[in-house]
Formats: sequence, C-alpha cells, structure tokens
Amino acid sequence: MHLDAKIPGGPLAEKWDRHKFELKLINPANKRKFEIIVVGTGLAGGSAAASLAELGYNVKSYCIQDTPRRAHSIAAQGGINASKNYQNDADSDRRLFYDTIKGGDFRAREANVYRLAQVSGNIIDQCVAQGVPFAREYGGLLANRSFGGAQVSRTFYARGQTGQQLLLGAYSALSRQIAAGKVQMFTRREMVDLVLVGGQARGIVVRNLITGDIETHTGDAVVLCTGGYANVFFLSTNAMACNVTASYRAYMKGAMFANPCFTQIHPTCIPVHGTYQSKLTLMSESLRNDGRVWVPKTAGDKRSPDQIPETERDYFLERKYPSFGNLVPRDVASRNAKEQCDQGKGVGETGLAVYLDFRDAINRDGKDVIAQKYGNLFQMYEKITADNPYEKPMMIYPAVHYAMGGLWVDYNLMSTIPGLFVLGEANFSDHGANRLGASALMQGLADGYFVIPYTIGGYFAGAKLPKVSADQTEFTIAAKEADIRTKRLLSINGKRTVDDIHRELGNILWNYCGMARNDAGLTKARTLIQSLRSEFWENVRVPGSDKDINQSLERAGRVADFLEFSELMVVDALTRRESCGGHFNEAFQTEENEARRDDENFCHVAAWEYAGEGKDPVFHKEPLVFENVKLTQRSYK
Amino acid sequence: MTKTINLTLKVWRQPSTESKGGFETYQASDISTDMSFLEMLDVVNEKLTMDGKEPIAFDHDCREGICGQCGSVVNGRAHGPEKGTTLCQLHMRHFSDGDTIAIEPFRARAFKVLKDLMVDRSALDKVIQAGGYVSVNTGGTPDANAIPISKEIADKAMDAAACIGCGACVAACPNASAMLFVSAKVSQLALLPQGRPEAARRVTAMVRTMDKMGFGNCSNERECEAECPKEISITNIARMNREFFKAGFFSATK
Repeated sequence: MHLDAKIPGGPLAEKWDRHKFELKLINPANKRKFEIIVVGTGLAGGSAAASLAELGYNVKSYCIQDTPRRAHSIAAQGGINASKNYQNDADSDRRLFYDTIKGGDFRAREANVYRLAQVSGNIIDQCVAQGVPFAREYGGLLANRSFGGAQVSRTFYARGQTGQQLLLGAYSALSRQIAAGKVQMFTRREMVDLVLVGGQARGIVVRNLITGDIETHTGDAVVLCTGGYANVFFLSTNAMACNVTASYRAYMKGAMFANPCFTQIHPTCIPVHGTYQSKLTLMSESLRNDGRVWVPKTAGDKRSPDQIPETERDYFLERKYPSFGNLVPRDVASRNAKEQCDQGKGVGETGLAVYLDFRDAINRDGKDVIAQKYGNLFQMYEKITADNPYEKPMMIYPAVHYAMGGLWVDYNLMSTIPGLFVLGEANFSDHGANRLGASALMQGLADGYFVIPYTIGGYFAGAKLPKVSADQTEFTIAAKEADIRTKRLLSINGKRTVDDIHRELGNILWNYCGMARNDAGLTKARTLIQSLRSEFWENVRVPGSDKDINQSLERAGRVADFLEFSELMVVDALTRRESCGGHFNEAFQTEENEARRDDENFCHVAAWEYAGEGKDPVFHKEPLVFENVKLTQRSYK
Repeated sequence: MTKTINLTLKVWRQPSTESKGGFETYQASDISTDMSFLEMLDVVNEKLTMDGKEPIAFDHDCREGICGQCGSVVNGRAHGPEKGTTLCQLHMRHFSDGDTIAIEPFRARAFKVLKDLMVDRSALDKVIQAGGYVSVNTGGTPDANAIPISKEIADKAMDAAACIGCGACVAACPNASAMLFVSAKVSQLALLPQGRPEAARRVTAMVRTMDKMGFGNCSNERECEAECPKEISITNIARMNREFFKAGFFSATK
C-alpha cells in the first residue's frame, strides 16, 4: 500500500493557503446535510466539534467523562506556543517551525509543522476572544515566557493552568453549540469500535458507562480526538481514563499506526514513592525557566541539600549544554537525569531523583515574584510531598508523559481509512520523535479550530456517501462483537485484578522500552508481554455485571487493548535501527551519549498495518523529505 | 517519612439511583501516609475484588486536582478536611492511626446519586449552556493584543476562572445552591471586555437556568467558599448579584 501524505505543492510557506484554495467547498445550505461524529472532548475534540457545528454541520460529540469539560488537556500547566513575536525577539513562523522540527529530531513532516506554526497566532486571538484569561503585563498586553528547546519567549500562559483555561474556552464554544442544537452531546460513553461501511468510516460502537448498554451511532465521517496512549506504562502523568482503545480499534479496522515507539518521558515529575501509586504528577517545564537542576558531585552523598556547598554541586545541564542550560528539550533533560542517577548521584530516599532548585531565583527576584509565577505549582508539590519548595529544592524524576506516535494521517488529517480523521495527540503528525513543551496545546487547537473545518469539507465534496442506518449488519455485528468481548472479560473470574496486571505491563515497558532501550531488552519485553497477555485472558478477575456502572470492566477493556498495543510499540522500537528523540537505543549513540540518527536509512515514518490476530504487523514507510531544513546532529550546547 | 496507619471506613453504598443506600463498614489496613485518599480507596477496592465483593464506585480522572471529576463528602466535609484541596490531592498523612472515616456522595436535589459515591452533575453543564460563553465563532477574531486588559482585571478574571466545576460548593451549601459556581463564570466573563456585550443576557439566562435545575438560593452561609478546592471567593456572588440587578433594571434583557 502506498502512503500518500497529499502534501500540496509549491513553496513551504504557501502550501496551506494554496491547499485551502484548492479544497472543494460545501455550500452552507448543504453542510447541514452532513453528520459528523467527534470522539473525545479535549482541546482537539472540543474545538473541532464547536467549529464544525458553527459552520453548519450536525455534530455528535462523545466523551468518557461526566461532562465535556474534564478531558486531560485540562491538566496542561505551562503554556501554549505561538509565533506572535510580541517580545520582539526575532520570532517568526519559520523559527517556530524550525524549533519544532529540530526539537522532534527531524522525524516530522515539514508541511504539517509549518502549517502548525502559521495558525499558532490565530489560536491565541481566538482564545482571547473567548475570554481566556491569559497572563498580562501591567501595560495590559499579553505576557510570555520561555520553554524548552527555544531561545525566544513565545509561550502564552494562564498561571500554571493554561490547559484548563484553553479547554474551558473550547468547552464554552461547545456548550454554545449544544444549546443551539447543532451538537448532540453524549457523555459517559466509551468508544469500543469503529464501523466501516463500504470501506468508509461511517459510525462507532460505544458502551454507555451508566447503563452498560452497547450503542451504535452513525455518521458521514468520524473524527477521533481520543488522546495518547502513555497509560500503557501504567504510571504516567496522564489521567486515569486515558487509553488506546479507540485508536487501537481503528488500527484493527485498517487505520495504520505510525511511530508507536515515540513516547515522551518528561523530565520534571514528582518521583515515584510507593507500589500503590496510581499515577505520577508533572511539575511544569516552565519551572526550568528559574529552577536549576543539580545533583551532588560525589556519588552516594546523602547530606541534605542545604549542607552541600556550591563547589560540591553539579549543575549538569548548565555544564553540558551552556547555551540552552536548564531549558534543553525534554528527551535530553530526561536522559541526563537518568544518567546521573545511574551513576549513583541520585538524591532522595530511592536515589531516583535530582534537585530542581529555586534558591538562586528567590534570592534574585524575591519570593513574591517566584510565587506569582509558580505559586500553584509549588503548592501542588507541597501537597503531594509535604516539602516546601521555597525552602528546600524540589526533587524530580522523569515520567512518561506524552505519545508522539499515533494513527497515521495525511496532510488533511485523514487516516488510511476514508472518512476517519484523527486530531491532536491521537495522530502522529507534528512532533516527530520528541515534542517540545507548550506544543501539545498548540497542535490540539490548531487541528480542531483551523485544520479540520476546512479539510473535512474537501472529503465530503469528493466522496460518495450512501445512506446508512444502525440496523445494517455492519453495525449489528460490531455491536454483537463488543458485547461478546465484554461478557468474556466478566466470565474469566481468575485470581489477579486488572490493575495488578496493568502494573506488571507498565513495569515491563518502563524497564525495557522506556528512556533507554536495547535489542536484548526489547526482545525480552516482547515475550513477557505475550505471556502476560495470555495470563490476562485466563486469570483476570473482573467483578460485577455488564448492565451496570462497572469501573473494573471499563479498565479491563482498556488493559486488554494495551496488552495488544504494547507489543506493537516494542516491534516498532526494534525495527528502528537508530536513536532519535524519545527513542534511544543504546547501540546507537554518539561518543557524548547523545542520540545518533541514521538519516540515510531511517528518515521515515514507520506506519504499521494490522494483519490479523496473532500475526506480525506489516511495515510500511512514508519517507520524510526535507526541502527547507538541513538535517543536523541536534545540538543544544 | 513513610509510615502506615489502619482505618475504619464507613462508606455509602447504593447500587443505583432508584435503590436505597446505606453505610457499609470496611477496614483499610496498612495504609501508607504518602497515599492520596483515592489511592487508599484503590487499595480497599483491590481487596474487595479479591474477596468477591463489588468495589466502591467513585468518580475520578486526572488525580492532580484540576479535572474536577472526583469529590465525595469525607467526615461531613466536601473533599475532606484540608483547605483548598480536592479529594485526589488529599493525602493520608492528614489522618491518624485508628481513625474512623465516613465517606458519602455529594448530596443535592440537583445531583442524583448514580451509584455509591458517583453523582450526576449534568445540571451544571445546563447552566453553562444557558450562557457561560462569549458568542464568537472560530476565525475572524481581532489580534490578541488589540484590546489591552489591565493586569488587575485579568488576574481577577483568572481567580474566578479557576473553578473546576466539581460541585463541592453545592454539596457544602445547606440550600444546595450553585451560586458560587455560576458566579465564577459570570464574573470571569463580566470582568473581561470580551464578555461585556452580552453580560446582561448571560447573567439573566444563567441565573434562571440555575433556579430551574433545582439549585437553592444563597443565604450567605459561606460554606461554599470554605470548601471550594480552588478557593473561589464569594465576592463573585456579590458581583453576580450586581450584574443580575443591573440587567433587570437597566437593560432590554428580561
């Protein structure tokens, strides 16, 4: 199968304009004849559903939570990038594009990333118009701060709650369309399958999480905005309900999965402290604007941090990367923290932590200024750890945070299944092998507000869409299969809980497919996953019944799909014979222990096709062509 | 330093909206004081599952205090005893060995119990749908810096906008009033120039819907402010009342 990314011709900066002009339009009176299913209500889903409804389409929106205001976009703390150049520091679309491509270690598509940079400014305009209370200077204009991988200040923020404020903006726009009758909202629904009719995506199967009923819903197109799969690691910074099921079910129906081994490990999280732990908490990257990362120079130094004099501290990021210092990209910062801990220099009870110290910033700017910028983050840290970061340096350690990989999409954000669009973290398109801070919010909203409203029209204008109904066999069979799966999970009645097995899966991946990978470990992980999967289907215990609220059953369905998906991740990691961004294979590194790419053989997107149960997935590649940037060894020195 | 405690839990169990509920007693043993309250419930649920019993149903998602999905009444207080804290961010170090803890759902006429500690808060969405937005479509908006907004106003708007929509204010109020929730959104948008054009229409519609959904009135008990995990101030209620009267007296909106 040939993967056609449908990248428009012409110079980079003109591609999007040209494409918008060339896309066929649907006249306003005809838009109301189309029905669009949007799954997920995070930044991508909320903004897409609202914007499509505003255009006149009939939208059906689905979320797993009790209201469309809670998806995990809400937890993004630090900010959102835009190339506004309000700070007069020589920012531009081109610079944001370049930083993002380079930050992604040259494994993203040029045209998509350039478009992202081009619409980034519109997002800020849109959000301000909605009443998003971004931080402002005394003069009344918007404030900016810096994030990793950039030497300009282009990050807009609303205290440490930027994701919340942007999501509530999208939720307000969505609420307005619900009130207008243009969006039908279905809360507490979990998508468990995708339905194809005549090869086109024409509907979904969902489980109603209150009644337990398996429902089928029809539409003319399906837009998946179902987020990332970081919870495959059990412990991650994702919300508890984040899962891969919708994406994986689409993959099983023919959508290709791209670069599943590209996962992001975020450097600044609160360290793990016990086996009962259910999730990890991120401390925003923005803290690295003012916090300095260090460990004691001597391995095994157990003195409390205030007892360690300046000369005996190693500010290892500042030492190794003098030009970016503490603001190197996430993959670099994470690997360096791990390296220090591997050398026995880690701090805290477990030795798996490094310090993030605000002493110098507090001495320089005063406690009040620091509290203004980071007060809520400091408070959150203190709640969880019972330590006061104004007095004692924070202890941080890397944790799984984001999935750069996702369903393969073309320039129109359409997957390999006609009529199935994938937005936000659920697709693979913009971040390459590593995402820069404050870029996830930008991408989610770019896709939802400014890309899908145009590209979906192009699809409708060119597609034949015969009428479908939920009584058709395609729908009844999919519903029946979902019901059988549910009943099977309930019937096993073994001796291990869902969480217990999920935790074991997470350990396998963290140890062998985490921050540093090698062939022996990955091969071992594959065997371990296979046997854990067999054990799951023989020995899991899911209490309760299917026609009821049953949270164990919900988790069991998600873990069953994680157990399948995790193998795909490992296979992808084994196949990519290079290191790049978040994928670090120890066999491919420079003398300075940086990731060593192989541009000759691996400058491509790895797209995997489902081949059937028990069969190895089929590899396809989309070569990445760089016409506007020169591929270099990433250097932040 | 990590230590463990043993607790007695009295948990509200109710199979469904229609059925009658009651308290059940469970022992929670060897609970690490570093656990969050929800992680403690996870441990109890793992044990119930292995004992062949139904685990306790409770809503939760982000577990970092921002999504607003979690929340129960713990020893008579919404989200438990710590000020400015959601249930997921409440840690067991605030309890002592041997404590008995009563855990119940948020109770209000507008929130029906779905199962155990889970309640239906969709009435809050209905209030937002009545007007908790600025009527702008995507695209065609002016440059973000076109209208300067003083830092003081932007900060006040942000204080109000910090509401996570958990419903603790309703659960804490003797009248099950949602005034703090509604006023937070009304205030955020009334303070900002972008929200002014439809301020009168918004406050009127939101207050009417709030009444219609079965939320009670405010009688200045201030329980909402005391229990709000985001410490939203009741000055927002005063601002909403001003906006409401202004809309009634001075605008064409009725």
